Amino acid sequence: MTALTFAAEDSLTMVGRELKHTIRYPLMLIASIMTPVVMLLLFVYILGGPIGHGLGDAWRGASYVDFLAPGILMMTVAAGSSTTAITVSTDMTGGITDRFRAMAVSRAAVLAGHVGGYVLRTLLTCTVVTGVALLVGFRPHASVAGWFAVIGTIVAFSFALAWLSVALGLVTKTVAGANSSTLPILFLLPFLSSAFVPASSMPAGVRWFSAHQPFTPVVETLRGLLTGAPVGHTGYLALAWCGGIALTGYLLARAAFRRGTR
Amino acid sequence: MVRMNALTENSTGTAICVTGLRKTYGGQVVLDGIDLAIGEGEVFALLGPNGAGKTTTVRILSTLIPADAGAASVMGHDLRGEPGAVRAKIGVTGQFSAVDDMLTGEENLLLIGRLLHLPAAERRERAAWLLDRFELTEAAKRLPATYSGGMRRRLDIAMTLMGRPRLIFLDEPTAGLDPRSRHTMWQIVGDLVADGVTIFLTTQYLEEADRLADRIAVLNHGRIVAEGTPAELKRRISGAHILLRLADSASLDAAALALPEGTRDDEELVLRVPNDGGIRTLRAALTRLGDGVAVEDLSIHTPDLDDVFFALTSDQDKELAP
Repeated sequence: MTALTFAAEDSLTMVGRELKHTIRYPLMLIASIMTPVVMLLLFVYILGGPIGHGLGDAWRGASYVDFLAPGILMMTVAAGSSTTAITVSTDMTGGITDRFRAMAVSRAAVLAGHVGGYVLRTLLTCTVVTGVALLVGFRPHASVAGWFAVIGTIVAFSFALAWLSVALGLVTKTVAGANSSTLPILFLLPFLSSAFVPASSMPAGVRWFSAHQPFTPVVETLRGLLTGAPVGHTGYLALAWCGGIALTGYLLARAAFRRGTR
Repeated sequence: MVRMNALTENSTGTAICVTGLRKTYGGQVVLDGIDLAIGEGEVFALLGPNGAGKTTTVRILSTLIPADAGAASVMGHDLRGEPGAVRAKIGVTGQFSAVDDMLTGEENLLLIGRLLHLPAAERRERAAWLLDRFELTEAAKRLPATYSGGMRRRLDIAMTLMGRPRLIFLDEPTAGLDPRSRHTMWQIVGDLVADGVTIFLTTQYLEEADRLADRIAVLNHGRIVAEGTPAELKRRISGAHILLRLADSASLDAAALALPEGTRDDEELVLRVPNDGGIRTLRAALTRLGDGVAVEDLSIHTPDLDDVFFALTSDQDKELAP
């Protein structure tokens, strides 16, 4: 076998390890479903009324849940970042990462296992959250191709955030540090995007930030696809952001992993 | 590069060959140019106090961190040029147990087997054999959280052995273990030696180095301050003696008169008399001392590695003092 097939095999082994961890300790998985679900319920049943009325011209006719659900879906993708940062950091602070690093194992595979685990977990959590959204009145109008594009966007975005989370888990020195390093991904960036309210309703400075940060094109793409509206160049912008984040995360992670634990 | 190649060529029968290894962390010199040569099948102990640079040496030689300077070949492969080839031949058990806490003991071994690309049947067979050998069969289906310290360490070593390494690094293998587990660990090392595996171990326990190692290097402040067999090292310091603690200075005078070969310490009221520790010479010395001298305490002292260690490391400290 060539080095490449070995690396692929090792990556699969590592993804298998990640999935076994998830099954054995499903608490973090449940938390990354509960956070977006609570947000969904909170915004639909408690905060959604006035926000829905306030949407006015920006969101003609449709109910607020249709506006909100794509944002919640994006938040679900982001919710996995703390799990990955924590598990990477736990591996690193325990001795197991050093064991892998001292073995003739492809180093990319060790990290790829965490990334693969993130993407697979996200597909599961997004399916559950979409189900809950449908239960509370979300009515998507996506075509079959549109649904595939939604899945593709979710995979691309989770792949990007996975590499970023791996990097955060590697550069933070402690598990607690790894956990807090993902807070901007979990809450700050989603709230400062057009996930919950249209950017046009925000104060000027925040609006500018919202328009230029990666979460906005991602949520706009998901919203366009799910409502059957044209996505236009926003889709490419979202993919470009995903590619950029993934590459940055990968390079940071690779450098940190080579540097080692001490 | 030429120098490194020369090292590799000369290393037939040599497991580890190191020259001028240096490592600095943030301005602090951890390894100050160490040279080592370890033969295949040898048990080599790197002995030193905390912070001497033992773990750093292991981490460099096991490819985990790069050295700042120096050349090293491990199992015939240049450390810098062919780290992959080195990794394929070594096993490392660090100070902190490198087990996956969310996998059972058996799953941990099977995971390593997969990463070594062992065929499924061989993987299971080897895992079962190692679990049995390290008395972990009963605990095989349990998570390591339920294991004792000794069991975790045994699982750790079993994982290291999945790939049948020819060279094993054991970084303080008995640190934090109870005496029984420590004995088990010593047995394990003995068994590995019988299989012809080369062992590089670090320890701060002199007894352990004395018991296990063919050769010992004493590391202090990032330098090798002595190297040799345990017997050679013991020979380097003065011989056996008895220590007589006297009641008062008059008794010390009397004792020193009766045993003129002794050296006296007036402050401590102690007379140190060379003696090989045998019954006959001891009786002779006591006869010469007679009944009239008030001896408070008598102790027989044979040199052990502790003496060597303290002699060597305190010399080094004096040398370094401004």
